[in-house]
Amino acid sequence: MHLGPRIIYSIGGINITETVLYSLIVSAVMIAFAFISTRKMRRIPKGSQAFAEWIVESIYNLVGNTMGKENIRFAPYIGTLFIFLILGNSLGLYEQRPVTADLNTTFALAGITFVLIHYNAIRSQTLKGYIKHLSSPYPFMLPINLVGELAFPLSLSFRLFGNITGGVIIMALLFGGLEGITEGMEVTIPFLLIGIPLPANFFFDIFEAGLQAFIFTMLTMVFISNGIIKHEHH
Amino acid sequence: MSLVTPEAFVLGMSALGAAIVMIGILGIGIGQGFAAGKAVEGVARQPEAQGDILKTMLVGQAVAETTGIFAFIVSIVLLFANPFISML
Repeated sequence: MHLGPRIIYSIGGINITETVLYSLIVSAVMIAFAFISTRKMRRIPKGSQAFAEWIVESIYNLVGNTMGKENIRFAPYIGTLFIFLILGNSLGLYEQRPVTADLNTTFALAGITFVLIHYNAIRSQTLKGYIKHLSSPYPFMLPINLVGELAFPLSLSFRLFGNITGGVIIMALLFGGLEGITEGMEVTIPFLLIGIPLPANFFFDIFEAGLQAFIFTMLTMVFISNGIIKHEHH
Repeated sequence: MSLVTPEAFVLGMSALGAAIVMIGILGIGIGQGFAAGKAVEGVARQPEAQGDILKTMLVGQAVAETTGIFAFIVSIVLLFANPFISML
């Protein structure tokens, strides 16, 4: 059983895997939608413009409620992350490998979150306050706090990767098992694949995809605003 | 002359290890169920706070899930990317 993403093409030493290709396709779809829905804008929105306005409005509401009105400037990044993760997680609907079933993708996204958390924490509470916060309650706790901070992107990326990869493996086992049953019945057409995997598809590719995207963005928002808010109390 | 080849022994033990690691999932089941039960209590007491309670519950459950996901990744590595085979 081959588990990793297939290599489609390799230039020199750089491999273009399924993950790279599909994430580029997802990005292209997002850019195309944003481009199309902002052409010929009307005062009273209609069609795709109304849908795009609904998405933007609900993301701004979510960010405003979670991070506070003063951190509303993170909304564009959070929204992009959320839509990218939803589309990337649900690629299983088209019988393709989800973008986030690859540790490279999730670790890159978690790395961006990590940089955002610490950049904003240092910017809001200055380097001295940041080190003081890290070495609280006692200075000898600094290494332990550092390990805790470094473990966050690791757990964030492994959570998304593990959930989506678990779904991929279970779907592969389900399809393989149903095909095996039809082969055992000596039927050439795997008719059991019609309809039976549908609930599993619904759970892993729609429900789980949305839930994991929501959790990833939610944790990103909570931790970024935590780093900023702490400054105001001290 | 041994009955079991070293490769077979390592593979079998890896499969056993992968299964034992997944016992860690037990804790998640209990923890997530507990969180969901408390959330139901909260919603029953204050139905108007349902949205906030649901959001908090999901985030808390996701964080509680982390240890299980680590166990799952160890299990996948043992099954599909076995590091012990190359040591033989």
